[in-house]
Amino acid sequence: MARIVAGIGTSHVPSIGGAYDRHAQNSRDWKPLFDAYIPVRKWLADLRIDHVIVVYNDHVGDFTFDKYPTFAVGCSDGYDIVDEGKGIRPLPKVRGDFDFSRALCESLVSSEFDITMCARMSVDHGFLVPMHLCFDPNPDWPVTATPLEVNVLLHPLPTPARCYRLGQALRCAVESYPKDLRIAVIGTGGLSHTLQGPDFGVMDPEFDKRFLDLIERDPSALAQMSCRDLMESGAGSEGIEVIMWLVMRGALSASVRRVHRNYYGPMTTGMGLIALEETPGSGV
Amino acid sequence: MITSQKVSQTFHTQRVTIFNLTQLHKGYKINEMCTSLRSSTNRAAYSADEESYMLRFNLSEREKELVRKRDWNGLINAGGNIYCLMKLGFVVHHGLYHMGAQMRGEDFETFMASRNGKGAR
Repeated sequence: MARIVAGIGTSHVPSIGGAYDRHAQNSRDWKPLFDAYIPVRKWLADLRIDHVIVVYNDHVGDFTFDKYPTFAVGCSDGYDIVDEGKGIRPLPKVRGDFDFSRALCESLVSSEFDITMCARMSVDHGFLVPMHLCFDPNPDWPVTATPLEVNVLLHPLPTPARCYRLGQALRCAVESYPKDLRIAVIGTGGLSHTLQGPDFGVMDPEFDKRFLDLIERDPSALAQMSCRDLMESGAGSEGIEVIMWLVMRGALSASVRRVHRNYYGPMTTGMGLIALEETPGSGV
Repeated sequence: MITSQKVSQTFHTQRVTIFNLTQLHKGYKINEMCTSLRSSTNRAAYSADEESYMLRFNLSEREKELVRKRDWNGLINAGGNIYCLMKLGFVVHHGLYHMGAQMRGEDFETFMASRNGKGAR
């Protein structure tokens, strides 16, 4: 049986990708971010992760607003890197697991999550930044992955409660999959940021720290909030993407152990990290 | 770690434009044009002749004027989505932080001086 063994919440700020491509990880202002992921990479390697479900949002890289799904699942053997407007980043193509994606879609739809199924998807920084923070992509990604894309751009967005319940449905889907896969779920985005208007660049470190506390210990309190509540209590307009962390948290049990946490806000976005490990034998 | 007062001011939803179906409907052509800039061929065509490129996407005169002025708040109000507009920003050499400084009503240097770790960009 497949099992979720780890959950990670992490920001996916695109400038992290730029710094990675320029090999600027050890520069003064980037080191506090990249150093936090060194033990995370080792922890994930020790956990022998086979497959990762990445809950992310596309930034009009692959999905355009002509037709915009609320939840979409990649169902392919691989996923190309998309050109977001600055050319294609030098990263290996992401390896998929079609059989797992197919079983995941069947289970989610039977759980009444009517996801959009995608035979072809290309991934942008929302997916890639968390992946190369958590895993070394050279010479090839050490894990297969399933992209799970969420609408956090075009309001109305799915509610935080819906995201949390999607996570619970993900867990059921994984546990009904017959192959012995060790799975990590990564919820991406946030933390607080606003990228438009006179409040461009406003961050709320107090909100971010409270969010990190609650996602670990009391996620249902976050799931009870509306998107507007979350934005106004400090996430900001673009920071509402933190609802994707609730998908990750919903897929984990109440008895997880927090193994890593980090916070850094150098420019315009609170960059958060939390790493949660399932204790063997824990139920939902 | 976070020390700058300018960084952590209070956020008000009244001060932002929530990108919803009404905004998308209003700004469809702007977003369609910006989205097309995912292709390097289209980026080259835009750089070679901005006016012809805007004509191809049938922008209104008002929309064209906002683009010519690189008026980012104006484009947001006209229904532009920030992630679409960023693709236009790349082509016209207005990076996100240049766009942001302008939207705050500051020059670039003032904005950067208000950040905690401006090397992280």
